[in-house]
Amino acid sequence: MLVLLLAISVQAAQAQNRWFTKEGYVRFYSHTPMEDIEAKNYQVNSLVDFSTGDMAFSMLMKSFQFEKALMEEHFNEKYVESAKFPKATFEGKYVSGNPIDPRKAGEHKVTVQGKMTIHGVTRDVQTTGTFKADGSGTVVGTAVFTVKLADYDIKVPGVVKDNIAESIEISVKTEYKPM
Amino acid sequence: MRKSLIALILTVLAARPAHAQDLLDLLNETEEEPVEYAFATFKTTRLINGHSVETNSGKELLFLISHRFGRLNGGASEFFGLDNATIRLGLEYGITDRLGVGVGRSSFEKLYDGFVKYKVLQQKSGAENFPVTVTLFGSVAIKTLEWPEPERENYFSSRMYYTFQTLIARKFSEGFSLQLSPTLVHRNLVDSLDDANDVFALGIGARQKITGSLSVNAEYFYVFPGQISSPLNGETVQNALSVGLDLETGGHVFQLHMTNSRGMVEKLFVTESTGNWLDGDIHFGFNISRVFSLGGSGAKGEKKEGDTPAKAPPSWE
Repeated sequence: MLVLLLAISVQAAQAQNRWFTKEGYVRFYSHTPMEDIEAKNYQVNSLVDFSTGDMAFSMLMKSFQFEKALMEEHFNEKYVESAKFPKATFEGKYVSGNPIDPRKAGEHKVTVQGKMTIHGVTRDVQTTGTFKADGSGTVVGTAVFTVKLADYDIKVPGVVKDNIAESIEISVKTEYKPM
Repeated sequence: MRKSLIALILTVLAARPAHAQDLLDLLNETEEEPVEYAFATFKTTRLINGHSVETNSGKELLFLISHRFGRLNGGASEFFGLDNATIRLGLEYGITDRLGVGVGRSSFEKLYDGFVKYKVLQQKSGAENFPVTVTLFGSVAIKTLEWPEPERENYFSSRMYYTFQTLIARKFSEGFSLQLSPTLVHRNLVDSLDDANDVFALGIGARQKITGSLSVNAEYFYVFPGQISSPLNGETVQNALSVGLDLETGGHVFQLHMTNSRGMVEKLFVTESTGNWLDGDIHFGFNISRVFSLGGSGAKGEKKEGDTPAKAPPSWE
């Protein structure tokens, strides 16, 4: 047991720059003259390694909450097909002008680049974002970008074409704690 | 113990050479298996004539217009039944995601009906398992036609009919769902001593999706023998058999069907269907439903119950 604890503490020392959240927030927003639709997911998992710049996101599509229950049902059943493709993921890297020390207060603009998978389709994506460290063990990451439904093979039937935008705005906010 | 094990796995894994791919694997390993509630077992609250296990989501109002026409074998002079339409107008409201109430009025027999529906159990898989969704249904129907024999003493209670159902359904796959509906119809007044006041029946229904928005449905109510012996308008009472299509567009569901029943309320189709499919006594009919969200953002998906409360820190909004 002692050996195990020792092993853990040694490992932990090496892993200090990995930061983690299970309660990240992702919102998507579709705007058309006919209708605005938004959905929020408060159960987004994300990991970032501040020593290498590696990042990963993973979320369940079913965890998106809509204003109208019927929208949520159609979203899962017809558009993103949650039963077939339960998760959306991102894996990639961030690039920062100067190295980020997550334990020191400060705000850092970064460029994030990597592969995003939605509805079973993987695409290279790039966006800008911010890491804001409060210096006492919390780093908040934010980003806003758009995705095109067609890029991910998400089909919108003709009758609701006017209600659902072709490009959807995605906002991300994650509050990381050291792992 | 489980937490510390996860922590151990995390830290051991963390020591490996770092790549984004590893991070994603790591994330996947830490994710707890969620409880997956079956949703959209059927497209709407009706299978065809009968109720499905579905209830309206909380604070949602459903407006349902249903028509049944005359018999196809009425021929060209009756325009294959279209000359002879009956209508039921209905409103259904979800008090919560599981509890719903509804009222309706049918032109046939000038029948008013009201019902309560409660989803007791939900089919789920993943971290928790349950094989079926169970909904309890109770309704009252009041026939307001003028008394056929006004000279005798008629009681208001003779106008009343009651139905109780336990609706049990399983969504076997994305496309296929099956429902069993044990049914009891109580009739205060029956035609003769040979007719049971309590009629027991077993409903069975299924739907198969063809595309995301289109499905084929079928429904059959088997009335256990020996309960209904009096003929109705000179015809033997039959078991109700219906087949139909569901077409969904946004907030509307269109249901088109062929059935041997004239009525759209349980007491009518379970105990008073007289059409014989083999003779062509088939009624064309449709239901059109439209959902309205009341109460703004209060409505949430039905799968939230028992889930970990997912809320945001207010500053994030």
